[in-house]
Amino acid sequence: MARMLKFNIFRYNPQDPKSVPHMQSFTIDETESMTLFIVLNRLREEQDPSLQFDFCCRAGICGACGMVVNGRPGLACHTKTKDLPEEVTLMPLPVFKLVGDLSVDTGTWFRGMYQRVKSWCETKKVFDPNAQEERMDNALAEKIYELDRCIECGCCVAACGTALMREDFLGATALNRVARFMLDPRDERTEQEYFDIVGTDEGIFGCMGLLACEDVCPKYLPLQDVLGRLRQRMAFAAVNNILPSFLRKDVKL
Amino acid sequence: MQIIQTDLLCIGAGLAGERVAIEAAENGFSVICLSLVPARRSHSSAAQGGMQAALGNSAMGEGDSPDVHFADTVKGSDWGADQECARIFVDTAPIAMRQMAFWGVPWNRVVPGEQTYYKGGKPFTAYEKPENEGLIHSRSFGGTAKWRTCYTSDGTGHAVLYTLDNRAAQMGVQVHDKTEAIALIHDGETCMGAIVRDLKTGELKAYLSRATLIATGGYGRIYRESTNAVICDGGGMIAALDTGVVPFGNPEAIQFHPTGIVPTDILVTEGCRGDGGTLLDVNQYRFMPDYEPEKAELASRDVVSRRMTEHMRKGLGVKSPYGDHLWLDIRHLGEKHITTKLREVQEICESFLGVDPVHQLIPVRPTQHYSMGGVRTNKDGAAYGLKGLFSAGEAACWDMHGFNRLGGNSLAETIVAGMWVGGKVVEFLAGTDTTFNTAAIREAYEKQAARIQALIKGQNGNENVYAVRNAMFDTIMKGAGIFRNGTDLTESVTKLQEILQRARKVGLRSNGLGANQELALALKIEGMVKLAQCVCYAALQRTESRGAHTREDFPERNDRDWLNRTLATWANASDDLPTLNYEAATKVFEIPPGERGYGGGKIIPMDNPPQATPAGKKA
Ligand SMILES: Cc1cc2nc3c(=O)[nH]c(=O)nc-3n(C[C@H](O)[C@H](O)[C@H](O)COP(=O)(O)OP(=O)(O)OC[C@H]3O[C@@H](n4cnc5c(N)ncnc54)[C@H](O)[C@@H]3O)c2cc1C
Ligand code: SF4
Ligand code: SF4
Ligand code: FES
Repeated sequence: MARMLKFNIFRYNPQDPKSVPHMQSFTIDETESMTLFIVLNRLREEQDPSLQFDFCCRAGICGACGMVVNGRPGLACHTKTKDLPEEVTLMPLPVFKLVGDLSVDTGTWFRGMYQRVKSWCETKKVFDPNAQEERMDNALAEKIYELDRCIECGCCVAACGTALMREDFLGATALNRVARFMLDPRDERTEQEYFDIVGTDEGIFGCMGLLACEDVCPKYLPLQDVLGRLRQRMAFAAVNNILPSFLRKDVKL
Repeated sequence: MQIIQTDLLCIGAGLAGERVAIEAAENGFSVICLSLVPARRSHSSAAQGGMQAALGNSAMGEGDSPDVHFADTVKGSDWGADQECARIFVDTAPIAMRQMAFWGVPWNRVVPGEQTYYKGGKPFTAYEKPENEGLIHSRSFGGTAKWRTCYTSDGTGHAVLYTLDNRAAQMGVQVHDKTEAIALIHDGETCMGAIVRDLKTGELKAYLSRATLIATGGYGRIYRESTNAVICDGGGMIAALDTGVVPFGNPEAIQFHPTGIVPTDILVTEGCRGDGGTLLDVNQYRFMPDYEPEKAELASRDVVSRRMTEHMRKGLGVKSPYGDHLWLDIRHLGEKHITTKLREVQEICESFLGVDPVHQLIPVRPTQHYSMGGVRTNKDGAAYGLKGLFSAGEAACWDMHGFNRLGGNSLAETIVAGMWVGGKVVEFLAGTDTTFNTAAIREAYEKQAARIQALIKGQNGNENVYAVRNAMFDTIMKGAGIFRNGTDLTESVTKLQEILQRARKVGLRSNGLGANQELALALKIEGMVKLAQCVCYAALQRTESRGAHTREDFPERNDRDWLNRTLATWANASDDLPTLNYEAATKVFEIPPGERGYGGGKIIPMDNPPQATPAGKKA
């Protein structure tokens, strides 16, 4: 114990005309069970109250604290200093718009994503308050939840080469979202409708398959699997589109 | 001044705020939700356990009904609940749960046949009926006669909030995230919206609305040790209290949980103790049997929390850079048990502490967990004091929880009250027009702009906002912690009066430009200290023990004098104490006051006990 830790932190306040992007160093004494949540709050309260960063649940559940820790996107709240070297560099997540220092605007990015993929169950049915709930197989419910666990931290997007190069790339989190609704029988969209959303270079065909996304996902979502199956299914859909209708068949995920 | 106008302004985009928003949007009204963070990061997403509704689909839930749920809720509240609201709640909960299923929540479902479940760490089997296959399943939660907690694995809040936010997006509800309401616009009679600070740019804006909803969640962050997210700092309650006319219902009703981990106060489940975990002190001595020979670690949440605090006050806590704590020991349960049955606990310990609970002790302390009090509303969710103002969810004192809420009832409250209050907001919007008083808008705006300038320029003084906050933390925990007494409370009330003076003299140390977070805290510190004072002052006056409010010097529940609800208002902004009034806990009694059936304790009965009013024949 009792290490002195050095933090090199990216500083820039776009709302301050005098501010220019630069790195600033802080030192702090390490304490027992220290996490980056504790470090950053102590730095703000004891050393520099202008420091900006985001935490919310501080328990690895809400996704607010994504940042780049020594080059790797991850959640700051469950990064323990004892797993880090004495010198640590903290950068904001790329791709998302910078609010200031380590704080970025993930909200606008994700809201845009919901609209593009129509992140909801599309159905013509109307809810009947007097009826019993529609039944669902428990194994299927669990499968849907497995993909529903994404906390929208943005780490996969920040780690993605395609997302860094093209602004309109949907990213693994969006493709995962689409896969979640494809599994869900309550969503009545057709294969063609899904294809229109993800069967493009901004969608599944823009993905280079290097899987940085799965590597950094703090929730261990099976992104590799999801992307693979989605690519396969959309490739079938593409082929089906150019085949005469009597040769088409619905391929299930 | 930028002005944004809408029919309904929801301050808060957690489950309660969004459920109300959806109701209004479905009925054709324009809605904007404000939130400090993207809607899906709201604290609702952190709830893992589940939400109660008497569906009765599962074997262990068989025979459940809204009436049984009602009895559990009223008993749980220690008869502090408004029984009309509790009735609305239990009757609507099953519909609300099914609607969430319709919108896409992947609830766990009934699997037919013989199933193995656990109770008190021991396995048993139950037979799930084939005819119930695929219906919503339920699990067990403390204080309930039947298993009725609907759940999605260990991520119920997450799954429900994501589904609700999807629905909100589909219905065109706008969420303005990274925005903070810092004051209500009102003329003493009608609420016309809010003054809002943009947390991306620092810009101040006015939002005008015909109806305004406060759904800002709990205010646990007036305590240093809380399981709540760091954004649960009472912003909505502060804005309401600031009007001078909207009362804070039951501020003293605060729930604690025995096992928050140290340093970050993340919750580890009661299951640890249920399965045989023990609590140890600085000498690694197991102290609970000395206090509670019968139940030891398995006494109820409030009892264990109280004993732990008592023991630490004797100097037997473990010193740490983060304050005193005790140890939770589950090592003797063995690797196999811990890595299977308590997997989530092991993950929390490893991810946040770097502790392996198979071989090491877990540092824990009792931690603030839930705020039963809030913006006092009538049964339609309309706030007392201002027309056009509503409240729902943990921010509200609608008041189905009284002095102790049951696990699983708060998450359910958010969507059930959201649905019900949403309907009332729609009726209100359909029937009422507002005239926007430009003088009131300008005054409200200018007042906030001036506050910001004064803080930046240090015109009020140069108190350090974090030092003031820390002083508040120490004081509220000493007086209004897990157990309370007249001496400590009196001391805390006096101290908080001094701290309030200091809060009024805060000056920034940074330049305050842009999304500056020091400024955000400086803007609300005076309000936070006022909330803390409401808690301590109301707790001092309430000379009885009811639910989570435990007075060592008044151990009885006193129905003769205290079967009522505290209403705290802050009449003049410059006052240093709130004004307290009281109203009857409930107008209607379906169940007259009686024993809870757990927790023990003596009751001083009412002089004229009320008659039961059967459900359906409500006054
Ligand atoms: C660790 C934990 C576990 C829990 N588990 C369970 C459980 O298993 N079952 C159960 O029933 N209950 C549980 N609860 C309680 C339950 O989760 C909460 O009571 C409930 O989610 C509150 O929902 P809400 O919509 O009222 O508020 P929240 O979800 O807290 O939302 C508040 C919203 O208001 C916004 N906001 C706040 N202030 C402002 C402001 N000034 N301006 C603008 N916006 C603002 C926030 O950004 C947020 O969007 C748990 C609580 C905790 C802490
Ligand atoms: S696999 Fe695809 S989505 Fe994932 S990081 Fe690579 S390009 Fe991005
Ligand atoms: S998929 Fe994983 S990394 Fe990407 S946003 Fe979701 S939780 Fe974060
Ligand atoms: S603060 Fe919520 S995930 Fe880190």
